Amino acid sequence: MAQISYREALNQAIKEEMDRDERVFIMGEEVGYFGGAFKVTDGLLAIFGEKRVRDTPISELTLVGAGVGAAMGGLRPVVELMTVNFGLLAMDQIVNHAAKIHYMFGGQAKVPLVIRAPQGGGHQLGAQHSQSLEEYFVHCPGLRVVIPATPADAKGLFKTAVRDDNPVIFLEHESLYGMKGEVADGEHLVPFGQANVLRAGSDATIVSYSKCVNDALKAAEALEERGVDAEVIDLRTLNPLDIDTIVESVKKTGAAIVVYEGWRTGGAGAEIAAQIYEAAFDSLDAPVQRVASMDVPMPYNRHLEAAALPSVEDIIRAVEHVV
Amino acid sequence: MALEREKHLAERSLLTLSESNLLDLYRLMSLIRRFEDRVAEMYTRGKITGFCHLYAGEEAVAVGAIHALYDKDYVISTYREHGHCLAKGVAPQKVMAELFGKATGVSHGRGGSMHLFDTEARFMGGYAIVGGGLPLAAGLGLSIHYKEEPEVVCCFFGDGALPQGAFHETLNLCSLWKLPVIFICENNFYGMGTLTQRAICQQELYRFAEPYNIPGVRVDGMEVLEVYGAVLEAAARAREGVGPSLIEAVTYRFRGHSMSDPAEYRSKREERIWQERDPIKRFRRRLNERRVSGEVLDRVDREVDAVVEDAVRFADESAEPPISEVAKNVYVE
Repeated sequence: MAQISYREALNQAIKEEMDRDERVFIMGEEVGYFGGAFKVTDGLLAIFGEKRVRDTPISELTLVGAGVGAAMGGLRPVVELMTVNFGLLAMDQIVNHAAKIHYMFGGQAKVPLVIRAPQGGGHQLGAQHSQSLEEYFVHCPGLRVVIPATPADAKGLFKTAVRDDNPVIFLEHESLYGMKGEVADGEHLVPFGQANVLRAGSDATIVSYSKCVNDALKAAEALEERGVDAEVIDLRTLNPLDIDTIVESVKKTGAAIVVYEGWRTGGAGAEIAAQIYEAAFDSLDAPVQRVASMDVPMPYNRHLEAAALPSVEDIIRAVEHVV
Repeated sequence: MALEREKHLAERSLLTLSESNLLDLYRLMSLIRRFEDRVAEMYTRGKITGFCHLYAGEEAVAVGAIHALYDKDYVISTYREHGHCLAKGVAPQKVMAELFGKATGVSHGRGGSMHLFDTEARFMGGYAIVGGGLPLAAGLGLSIHYKEEPEVVCCFFGDGALPQGAFHETLNLCSLWKLPVIFICENNFYGMGTLTQRAICQQELYRFAEPYNIPGVRVDGMEVLEVYGAVLEAAARAREGVGPSLIEAVTYRFRGHSMSDPAEYRSKREERIWQERDPIKRFRRRLNERRVSGEVLDRVDREVDAVVEDAVRFADESAEPPISEVAKNVYVE
């Protein structure tokens, strides 16, 4: 066990998977000589060389498509999108190709591809560099969507992603890279579809993932001082979604608040709320609450950006509204 | 039009290929034509539904190109891919059954006319997004390069893919990394109903190779041996590690864009001119020069008729995929 950052945990996971399996390689804009735009792949070029750490031109569509083709050809590519925003240029290859190839060819081909993408707001990067787009991928059958909140999960889920035979969208919140936490040395695997109950509580269930998990924990601490005992669940993966853990908790607490950084409308909160209603309607004492980003393109100004993003105070207010 | 060199290569192939090889080329072209004619009939009778894009008229491109490859080389194609799939050696029964949507089809009825695939034959799929197969071809090329294998990828697409970003991104990447990919543009002059003059700024499509620093040639896509010769050269270059090539095969589809298109944007006169260049009739004449008799070729046609008949029977008699399996294979479990 060591205290390392989310960034270092990912770097370690990539290195270990490349050591373990010759077929694993990384490819993306600036992943080699630059060390990754967020330095996640720093130092890997020196260890593995240009064949396995491939800098690419700025061609997201073809970069992802080449990952899909290489996976069909028997390799296990890890493609880095510099940020998820640029990944929109590759949506044709992700949605029309990667997600469909196993099914539409009757199970003959598989696409064991990991697409890593930093995302999220909070750094005054404006409307085109601050999005959280997990819902775009959750909506499409055929993809796995993985979204770790802690350094340990970043490592454990990444290793599972590389070994999975499906296309996996692996989303990393840019605010988490510097976050430190305990991470096991060497082999550490976290299975898909198993949510983590980070804090047990009896009054309300806060369901979250990625960076918002930290805000949810802070809110829970503050609520404790006010006599409210909140449970906090980190989903870890959105596809598969561990609805059982959510429902079990809601049956105990009678209240659910979904916290996420994507836009409020048509977001993960809507899907999770719907599934809670379907499975635990009678257990609810109040409507499911959503704490999310405002439905606006992210503004540059610091105060406006903070107002557009979900905050700890927003979570506290939402919980107090239902308990 | 076709360069003298390509013509010369074709003449040489006519002399150097064995008679059985030449008959194979004829048989495959005849198979594709007769297969497509029967598909049209089955479509009209409601046995085949959905979108269905026929390859009649373009047979020389698929057959000539794929004859220049080894079995283990990859072929990747578009939604007009029945011909490539058959030329790559996939059983006509399984292709027809897929068009019928049956469980015995290559894609178990999940793909249909536009999404044929066969792992064993290394036919890596028909894709229905224009230009969508090109990045995949780059990836397959990368996997070959990475594993230091001797194979090549042969990637077919239409003139309609030229203005797509995927075409330009992929040629840049493949040239940059010297990937073993042969890009074959089937220029049939129309992207759906739009003439290339109205869609592309450069009518000599092979010249799009120039900015990407790769060889580009134009061949007569109605002459099977011309296509064969050009692909043979491109494959040799790819295997040597020199990188990709672009081949423009000038051809013509004898039918509309799809079964629902009467092709009213083309004149009857234009269609007649191209019918006279029918690649199968032309090749019959070439074979006569090699003293292969008309009776031998007629016999091949009759054999092919029987194969196609058998494929239709097989498809018709095959079972539908069970509804209980509709959600199978969304994920690899």
